[in-house]
Amino acid sequence: MTEPTPADAALRPHAEQLYADELAALARADDRPRPANWRLSPWAVVTYVVGGTLPDGTQISTKYVGNRRLVEIAVATLATDRALLLLGVPGTAKSWLSEHLSAAISGDSTLVVQGTAGTAEEAVRYGWNYAQLLASGPSFDALVPSPVMLGMQRGAIVRVEELTRMPSDVQDALITVLSEKTLPVPELTGEVQARTGFNLIATANDRDRGVNDLSSALRRRFNTVILPLPDSVDAEVAIVTQRVGDLGTALQLPSPDHAADEIRRVVTIFRELRAGQTLDGRTAVKSPSGTLSTAEAISVVTHGLALAAHFGDGLLRAPDVAGGIIGAVVKEAVTDQVVWNEYLETVVRERADWKDFYRAAREVSR
Amino acid sequence: MTDPVAAPPVRVLGVRHHGPGSARAVERALTDYAPDCVLIEGPADADPLLAWVADPDLVPPVAILAWDTTDPGRSSFWPMAAFSPEWQALTWAARAGVPVRFIDLPSTLSLAAEEPVVTEPDGDADPAPVPGDDPTTTAPAPETAAEEPAEPPVRTDPIARLAAAAGFDDPEAWWDDAVELRSAGDPFDALLEAMGELRALTPEDDPETQRREAHMRQQLRAATKAGHQRIAVVCGAWHAPALAGKLPPATADAKLLAGAKKAKTELTWVPWTHSRLAFASGYGAGVASPGWYAHLFRTDDAPVARWFSGVAAVLREHDLPVSTAGVIEAVRLAGALAALRGRPVPGLSEVTEATWSVLCDGNPVLLELVTREAVVGESMGEVPDGVPTVPLDTDLRTRARALRLKFEAAEKVLTLDLRKPGDLAKSRFLRQLGILAIPWAVPAEARSTGTFKEVWTLEWKPEFAVRIIDAARRGNTVASAATAAILEDTTGLATVTSAVERALLAGLDDALPPLLAVLDERAAHEADITRLLDAVPPLARVQRYGDVRGTDTTRLADVARAVLERGCAGLPAAASGLSDDAAAELRRAIDAVAASISLLDPDTRELWTLSLLECADRRDVPGTIAGRLVRLLTDGGRIDHDEAAGRLWRVLSRATEPAGQANWVEGFLGGNPMLLIHDHQVLRILDEWVVGINPEAFGDVLPSLRRTFGGWPEAARRQLASAISGLDRSGTASASEAEDFSDVADLLAVVAMILREGSR
Repeated sequence: MTEPTPADAALRPHAEQLYADELAALARADDRPRPANWRLSPWAVVTYVVGGTLPDGTQISTKYVGNRRLVEIAVATLATDRALLLLGVPGTAKSWLSEHLSAAISGDSTLVVQGTAGTAEEAVRYGWNYAQLLASGPSFDALVPSPVMLGMQRGAIVRVEELTRMPSDVQDALITVLSEKTLPVPELTGEVQARTGFNLIATANDRDRGVNDLSSALRRRFNTVILPLPDSVDAEVAIVTQRVGDLGTALQLPSPDHAADEIRRVVTIFRELRAGQTLDGRTAVKSPSGTLSTAEAISVVTHGLALAAHFGDGLLRAPDVAGGIIGAVVKEAVTDQVVWNEYLETVVRERADWKDFYRAAREVSR
Repeated sequence: MTDPVAAPPVRVLGVRHHGPGSARAVERALTDYAPDCVLIEGPADADPLLAWVADPDLVPPVAILAWDTTDPGRSSFWPMAAFSPEWQALTWAARAGVPVRFIDLPSTLSLAAEEPVVTEPDGDADPAPVPGDDPTTTAPAPETAAEEPAEPPVRTDPIARLAAAAGFDDPEAWWDDAVELRSAGDPFDALLEAMGELRALTPEDDPETQRREAHMRQQLRAATKAGHQRIAVVCGAWHAPALAGKLPPATADAKLLAGAKKAKTELTWVPWTHSRLAFASGYGAGVASPGWYAHLFRTDDAPVARWFSGVAAVLREHDLPVSTAGVIEAVRLAGALAALRGRPVPGLSEVTEATWSVLCDGNPVLLELVTREAVVGESMGEVPDGVPTVPLDTDLRTRARALRLKFEAAEKVLTLDLRKPGDLAKSRFLRQLGILAIPWAVPAEARSTGTFKEVWTLEWKPEFAVRIIDAARRGNTVASAATAAILEDTTGLATVTSAVERALLAGLDDALPPLLAVLDERAAHEADITRLLDAVPPLARVQRYGDVRGTDTTRLADVARAVLERGCAGLPAAASGLSDDAAAELRRAIDAVAASISLLDPDTRELWTLSLLECADRRDVPGTIAGRLVRLLTDGGRIDHDEAAGRLWRVLSRATEPAGQANWVEGFLGGNPMLLIHDHQVLRILDEWVVGINPEAFGDVLPSLRRTFGGWPEAARRQLASAISGLDRSGTASASEAEDFSDVADLLAVVAMILREGSR
């Protein structure tokens, strides 16, 4: 292990580092009962996520733009020591929400298991330090705990990302953990019992259901919250603007305040292609194969800002985002290119105030 | 209010209509206060109906229905569920033997006061807009002013103001917390005070509400004068301050009420349903969740746990596995959510969200199912037999009972076999109701094509009560009213013809003679041959139905023949010199008659053929009709193929415009493609013609040809194409080479089977 990177030098600081001030202010103001081993009360956790103003005047920024009720269901679920399953199409802030929830509840969002096709059982149970094992035989000292085991020992929230990408047998290793709140270690005829405060937030992709669908035994142990796509342009523009601002600070990019129109255009294009029709509902358009999530819109705008800062005059203009948009839309060379060209010619060209974007997009497409 | 001596002589209980908490509280307050007279917000002239409250057969949800006897379409409903405070006050008074009275404006005044209070809905899904449409104060009073104003006055939602003051964004949630979910305590005095404050801020200025409150005060004065010592008033919370305390002098109120227009009305109890109470059905005077409220009202202990086990039962009924462990977790989550939101107990939004997250796995479709079956819940009220009603209603119910048709609010599919007398009677009864615009049953598509089978979808809706009353002015039995209704509109020939068909299907034998007489007369005066011909096919069809249904159809056949005779007489003259559109119309009519002519007797058929022949010989008949006539005569064997080919040759060789020729071809070849494919003589003539059209004229001909061949099935077009290429090659291509046998394999198999069976 190397020395921990100081928060201000990290490329992407953890939520608990970035919002340490807000968490501290909330902890001071919070006079409501806290579940055992929670840093904050459920009410304060919800406030941390959806934002607000504390009695002492501290502004809590909004981390999740969307339905407050969904956040309340999520927090109440964790308070009843049921595991939480966040579902949604890609880019609906599932991981984002899970990171902030664990930061607010346990003050630690780093206990993460990333689900992939290659995730092994050691990642959710434990592995062995073989040198130690050979030297002194099986013992708890020779055991390499997984994030799940660490969370159980500390009484903290553990995050499992992309649960449905894990092989089914690895997923099912979580059943005992969730129902018995204990992790047996048969080799040592012992076990690790979870301390109060331990819980698990899993995220899974709606579109992935077919990959490794959850067994019903595991599914029963979760409460499900489905995170929707932003339901209006304005909401999505707000999300993109805010996140781009946050990211830009870390990357020392100019603030996106001047770029409201450009952001709105990116979001409009994404929403229209996603929905298969223009916002006014008059023209049908084809949908590309990609998901065109809010997260991708954020990265398109950030990328555009970087271009503008390093190669342009620092102001976000149509040519800066055109390339990013095409990269997000055209994921599959032939069919998506057709979709994009059709959209460009039938929708973009018709819009009088989109001339600059049309020209830029034509240039990049060529 | 435990000390009766200290209680004031008048106690005003301001309630939220259809609120279970209010209902419980009213019942408790009445028991504590022990009044000697109960006054309830409701139409004052409905007092005679109160006798039925004690009848165990009057089962809520029910509604008081008032209708204008001169125009039954104008009506109002005052719905009550078991959890309505008004209903609880009524039943309490009935149990305690205490006199009870309605004190709101009588329906004679409220129905006369406003412009159409309830317009008779003509769409079937569209519910009767019931006046008085907010759950908090004015319902179930007949108040139309609250329909959908741009900015609703406080009166329509005073609770929202109170809730906002208490920091709740959802007024329902506030009311639930402050009143509905309280299982003990008496909220009425505090509520009265709060409403008083609210009304002081925004004085009541709606004239209709002022008159209603004046009337209520007058009734209260009358009750005091009658010597009652302890009076309880149950009314919407908004009205409470207007009735409580020392009443103002009576003269102002009397003046307000003087000189009002009066309507002549009648009132009765009608059954109501939960879905009618819900917002979702478009009826505003209700609650979004009657099922939830009924549950809260019925359940004393552990309402949340019992609710979830009920929800689990709903899901299990649809074969969705829900474990007891899941129910436990749902209860826990609902509790945690309520605690998080600072609510004393879980409300509807908490239990719904817990249901969604735990029991439905976040699936909105399942949640929708739960909402429909549990949160709204389907429940239908009943009224006892003796309730005053129109004779038509009694007849309808008697016949429905005799036919074993149940009045159910849930959709039900009914399959009838018309060969069975019972089923035939049902079909006729349902059709009679259809004629009366009471669409209890809607015909559905029968799977089999036979004429014996009928499929209906039955769904009884409470608003049919209005339609029954509306229909009652036409007759006292379903049959007589339907007969009168069908004889009402006999304006055009088409209307009469369809009326004949409907009357016959509905078994309205009494309506047939007058209808046929009218039909005969209309046909005599009908100058438009197309319309005359249009009347023939339905009549021919009806004759066939009549046979199935055992109706005497001799008279019908006579009329059909008479109509056709008139049509035939005028046809040659009518067919000449028509515009393109009119020609297309007439051609359609001729086709329709030709398709149904076989249902009529041979003499009539002969007459028809002769007039077609005559017509076909005329030269001024438009091409599309002339071609069609030749085709019909060829198909009927009146003209042989050589003759038809000759006529085609003549038309195509004459120096007429190619467009006119194309029309003739279209008429001749439209429909069945077999003629052209198998008759090479015709095909060759046509081929030469098409090849000979000069390029400029071809453009004019093309649309017509496209119409002709475009309607053919693809296989036939393919056959035609290969037949034409065969012509070019040798001129003697045989049709069998071009035949596509791939799709007749099934047919051949059946034929083979029949032959085998026959040879046994």
